[in-house]
Amino acid sequence: MKDPLILAGREFSSRFILGSGKYSLKLIEAAVQYAGAEIITLAVRRANTAEHENILDYIPKGVTLLPNTSGARNAAEAIRIARLGRELGCGDFVKIEIMRDSKYLLPDNQETVRATEALAAEGFVVLPYMYPDLNVARDLVKAGAAAVMPLGAPIGSNRGLSTKAFVQILIDEIELPVIVDAGIGRPSQACEAMEMGAAAIMANTALATAGDIPQMAHAFRLAIEAGRAAYLAGLGRVLERGASSSDPLTGFLHE
Amino acid sequence: MSNQFFIDSEFLSPEALKRKHELENNPSSRRDIMEYLPGMEVIQSDIRDQVMSRVAEYDASRYTGRDVVRALEHENCTVEDFQALLSPAAEPLLEQMAQRARRETGRHFGNTVYLFTPLYIANYCENYCVYCGFNCFNHIRRMKLTMEQVEHEMQVIAESGMEEILLLTGESRSMSNVEYIGEACRLARKYFKLVGVEVYPLNTDEYKYLHECGVDYVTVFQETYDTKRYEELHLLGHKRVWPYRFDAQERALMGGMRGVAFSALLGLADFRKDALATALHANFLQRKYPYAEISLSCPRLRPIVNNEKINPQDVHEKQLCQILCAYRIFLPYAGITVSSRESASFRNGIVKIAATKISAGVSTGIGDHESKYHGTQAEEQGDEQFEIADGRSLKKMYQDMSEERLQPVLNDYLYL
Repeated sequence: MKDPLILAGREFSSRFILGSGKYSLKLIEAAVQYAGAEIITLAVRRANTAEHENILDYIPKGVTLLPNTSGARNAAEAIRIARLGRELGCGDFVKIEIMRDSKYLLPDNQETVRATEALAAEGFVVLPYMYPDLNVARDLVKAGAAAVMPLGAPIGSNRGLSTKAFVQILIDEIELPVIVDAGIGRPSQACEAMEMGAAAIMANTALATAGDIPQMAHAFRLAIEAGRAAYLAGLGRVLERGASSSDPLTGFLHE
Repeated sequence: MSNQFFIDSEFLSPEALKRKHELENNPSSRRDIMEYLPGMEVIQSDIRDQVMSRVAEYDASRYTGRDVVRALEHENCTVEDFQALLSPAAEPLLEQMAQRARRETGRHFGNTVYLFTPLYIANYCENYCVYCGFNCFNHIRRMKLTMEQVEHEMQVIAESGMEEILLLTGESRSMSNVEYIGEACRLARKYFKLVGVEVYPLNTDEYKYLHECGVDYVTVFQETYDTKRYEELHLLGHKRVWPYRFDAQERALMGGMRGVAFSALLGLADFRKDALATALHANFLQRKYPYAEISLSCPRLRPIVNNEKINPQDVHEKQLCQILCAYRIFLPYAGITVSSRESASFRNGIVKIAATKISAGVSTGIGDHESKYHGTQAEEQGDEQFEIADGRSLKKMYQDMSEERLQPVLNDYLYL
C-alpha cells in the first residue's frame, strides 16, 4: 500500500528524518541506508566550513537535505541562515530552529512564526521546530509552514513524549503533517508517536549515543513503520478495568 | 611545598629590583584590589555576591560518600550536589562520575570534538602576576607583531586547515591597545570562521567595538576567586583590580558577544573552591543572559621561562578529571576546553568523558608559527607565556581524535 509522507507536494516513502550533527561523518551514509531515510537534517553553520571534511560531502546523493537554522536567536538571524543555506546548495527545505536559551535550547515560538512567514514568502519549504502550542501551530499554518515539528521532550534528553497530550492535540487539530522532533530517545517512543498519528519522526541524539549507530537507525526504521501501520490499521479498543458491564448503564432505555 | 614564585632577574635595574622587592615583601605598598582604576567601567550586578556568598559557605570536608552517591542519582544536579561532586569524598567514585559525565556530554554534544588554536600577537605586560611568564619583571624577549606579521601568522595557521582562532595578548593597554587588537581581529575574520579573544578585561563599549571587528567569544581567566590569595599573587598593574576582572564576561555580553569563557588557574588557591566559583559564575551569568553560550576552561599552573619549578601543587590529573566531570554534570550544556598545558594522554582521555574543545598546533610564543609548523628558522620571536605539554599539529590531532572514534569539528559557527 502506498502511504507517502507529503511535504509541500513532494512525496517521501520514509517517515524517518535523520539528524546528522552529533555523530561521525563517516557513519552518515550507513545511518541513512539502515534508517531508510530520505531526508537528513544538517546545521547550516556546520556546513559553512572549508574543504576539510565538509559534512555536505558525506551526505549520499538522492537524499533531501533539510538545513536547520541552529544558532539563530531571533527571526532575522534565522532568515539570514536559511538564505545562506540555499546559497551553499542545500536546497529549498529549511527547518527553523530559533533559541534564546543556550541551556535548554527550547524553541522561541513567536520568533518562529515570524521567520516562517518571511521564508515561506521567499519560496522555502518551511518546517518549524516548535513548542507544541495549538494557537502557535495554527499561526504557523497561516504563515505558510509545510509541516509543524513539535518537541517531544527537551532536546538531547532522550525522555520520549513528555509533551504527549499536547502533541496529540496538534495531530487532531492541524491539517499539516506533525513531525515529532527532539526528545525521542528510543524506538519504542518513536513507535508510540507514530501510533498517535504523527506523520514522521526526527532523531539525532538517540542515534549518536547508541553503541552501534547503523543498527539503531535500523531499529528506528522498524519502529516507525510499525507505529505507522498500527495507526493506519486503527488501534483496537483498550478496555478499562470493569468497564465492560454485562448490565449496560443505559439498560433503562427501553425504546 | 609551595611554589617559589619570586625570581630576580640580573637584568633589572636597582630601582626596578627595589620596587619589585617592596611589592613582594610589603603588602602596604600594594593597591587595594577592590579599588577601581580611572577609566574602568563599574556595572551594577549581583552576580558577584551570588557567587561569593555560596563559595564562602562551602566546606568540602563536610561531604561523605553517601552525598556523592545521592548527587549522582539525581537527574538534575543541584548546587549542593555539585559541591559534593567537587569534594574529596567523591575521589573514590571518580569512575562513576566519569560514566555519568560521558552520558551528559553525549546527549548534548554527541561524539563531536571542536578544534581551535591560540595565536599570541604580543607579550608586553604591565602586570606583575608572580606565576606568569609575561610578568613585567620577568626578563624575556618581548615582541608585538606588526599587522603584516599578524597576517603572515594567520596565513600559516589557516593553511594548516584551522578555522577557529583565539587571539591573545599580554595585558598592556599601552603596547597593545584596543585598536591594535581590533585590527588583528578584522584580519582574522578574513582567514577564520570564528574569532575569539583572550585579552585584558575591557569596558562594554570596547567589547562592542571588538564585536564589530568580528569577535564573538571572550575568554577571561579570573585566576583565583580567593581575594586574599589574589592580592598576594597579582602585585602590580590593572589586573590587580579583582572586581573589574570578575565582571568582564558580563560586560562582554552587554557589548554584544555571543559567548564567554570562564576559568580559574588551578593550583593558585583552594582548587575546590575555585572550581565551585568558576562554575557558579558561569551558571548565574547564563541565567541572567540566557542566550549566552558558556564555556569553561581548567588550566593548571605550568613552568615558565626563568622559573621551571612552578607546578600545579595538589591538583594532580586525577583531581583535574574530577573537576571536569563535576563541571559536566552540573553544567551539561557548557563547552569545556582543555588546553595544551595538559599531556596528550590526558587530553585523549578527557575528550571522551567531558571536554568538548581542544587546541592543536599550539605555540604560546610570539611570531613563531612558521618555524614551528615548517621547521624553518624564525628571524625574531617573542618568548612563551608558559610551557605546553601537548605539541600535536592539527593534522595529527585530527587523526588522533578520529582514531578515538570522535568526530573533529573545525567550525560550527556563523557570525550573525
